[in-house]
Formats: sequence, C-alpha cells, structure tokens
Amino acid sequence: METPPTGEFALIGKSVVIKGELSGSEDLYVDGHVEGKIELRNNSLTVGPNGNVKANVSAKAIVIQGKLEGTVNVSDRVELRKTAVVTGDVTAQRIAIEEGAFLRGKVDIQKEPAKASA
Amino acid sequence: MKFFRSSSNQAAGPAIPQKLTRRSSGIGEISRLLNCEDGLCVLDLGSTSASNIRFFTGKGHKIYSEDLLWSSLDPVLRIQDSAGKPVLDSKKFLEENLVYENAQFDVVLCWNLPDYMEESLVKPTIDRLWSVMKPGGFLLAFFHTRDAGPDSICYRYHVNGTDMLEMQEVKFAPPGSPTSEKKSPRLQRVFANRHIENLFHDFASIKFFLARDAIREVLVVR
Repeated sequence: METPPTGEFALIGKSVVIKGELSGSEDLYVDGHVEGKIELRNNSLTVGPNGNVKANVSAKAIVIQGKLEGTVNVSDRVELRKTAVVTGDVTAQRIAIEEGAFLRGKVDIQKEPAKASA
Repeated sequence: MKFFRSSSNQAAGPAIPQKLTRRSSGIGEISRLLNCEDGLCVLDLGSTSASNIRFFTGKGHKIYSEDLLWSSLDPVLRIQDSAGKPVLDSKKFLEENLVYENAQFDVVLCWNLPDYMEESLVKPTIDRLWSVMKPGGFLLAFFHTRDAGPDSICYRYHVNGTDMLEMQEVKFAPPGSPTSEKKSPRLQRVFANRHIENLFHDFASIKFFLARDAIREVLVVR
C-alpha cells in the first residue's frame, strides 16, 4: 500500500473533499480530505501523504502517511509512516511506528481484536 | 606495560553512528512497578517514541503520548505580561495540552522537560500533572547539574530495557514552521535541589538519583 492503488482499491484523490460517513467492503486509499466517519470493518485504509482525515475510523488495518485526527479502532494492525501526524486515541492488536511519525493520544494494544465500532 | 593493537592494516569503513545509552535508576524503579501491576496508565511527555510505546504496551499497559516541549513552542502562546515583558500564555497552553481527567495516570515520564521549557510554563505544568496523576503515582524527571552549559544537548529518551535508556538528540521545527527550520531546544536554566523540591512541593515524596553525566534523576510520588 505504498503507492496510490489502481484496481482493487477505492481511491479518494487529493483534490476530493468528502464530509459525512464513509463505509464499504473494499480497501480504501485516501489522499484527499475526509471529515466525518470511516467504517471498513474487514478492509484496510491507507491515508496517503496528502491525505487529511478528520474522522473516527474503524477498519481491519490502517497505514497512515498523512494527517489523521480522530479515534482509530483497528482489529489488526496500525502503521504510522515517518510523515504521519496522528491526533487521537489508537486501539489495535499491533502497531508499527516509523522514526519521525508524530502521535498525540493514547495507544491501547488489545490482544483480542478490537471491536470494530467507531 | 600497556599495549595498543595496531589498526593500520584494517580497511577504514564508514563511520557508524553509535547509539548513546545511559542506565536509569528512575526507570529501574518504574519497571518494578510495571512488572507487578497490570493495566497501568502511562503518560509520555517526550517526542513520539516507538520504543516507548512498544515497551509499555508490551507489558500490557496503556500509554499516552504528548510532546509537550514541542507544543510549548507554538507562537500563538506568545503574549506580554503587564510590564510588557514577553511570556508564554500558560492558561491557553493548559487549555490545549494535558487535558485529561483528574487522577488518570499511574506513571508520568517528564524526562528533561522542566529544564528546556519556558519558565512561565513550568510550575503550571507541574501543578496540572499533579492533578492528572493518581495518588501514589510516579513521575520521573531529569534535571541538569550545575556543570551543564546552555548548549547542553537536548535528548529524547527511548526505554530499551528494564533500566536502560537510549538517547537521541532532539531537533524539531516549532508548530507551524517548515521542517527545514529544525533546531535543538536550548537549556533554559539549571535548577538547584531546593528549587526542585519547591517545584514538587505538593507531591508526597521525592527521591534524587545522581548520575555521572551531569544529570539528576528525580522520582516523585503523588
């Protein structure tokens, strides 16, 4: 999930602004601006380097390269890349943080999968 | 007689930056608490550290991360006092930072924050920390000794063992500034022991650990 996806991902490009609730059953790549709520119970979210998400997020896995403000509830793995700026509480089974990533909030690692409720 | 091994025949490889480490009696004491209790709430006031998050969550505890020194550099905090002297607005600072419920944390890692933070914020910050800590909770802070100069390197600390810390120089751009403006924070002052005791006057107990690197570790109990 390093580069903007092609076929099997839904893509929100960097000029797109969405306000409201997003839910789906496919992986999502956000490089634009999303404000509201994102729910992808069995799928992954990638916030691209230009992505700016202000939402409570519920997903199977998340990779963050851009900005995310909100509660993150993930049943598997959260990955914060070096350019990530995250403000909010993170609940997950596993977390990986690259040097340079910024996190302001709580980290709660749950051995059982976190209940996917945002 | 003392012999030195020659290295003239060895190929000169690229210099590998050595990781600075230090033993920490304070972290040693906190580790003992972490090992005998479950589900503790830890507040790390340094820069985001993957090592610290891994260390504490790996033991089943919750960790909150908040880089208070970086937040204190926000230009919007700059005001003038009644005498026209530039100060930081501690009220605004505490409206936006350290916003937690009372008695929430079992452990607070303050690191070297009081030595590098603007003076007008230090006492209000410690008072707020007192409020958000549980009675009996631990706070660990590092203070330079008189031997330190204003150019003493500001380190961030990564826990990498029961009583071991890895040290990494802090360089960052203030909030709202481009990352090209990264610089090291400057040591603001050196506290005397009496000043440290006054700073933590409301806490139940205070313990000093003297180290060999011009640092005093201070472990206080709420």
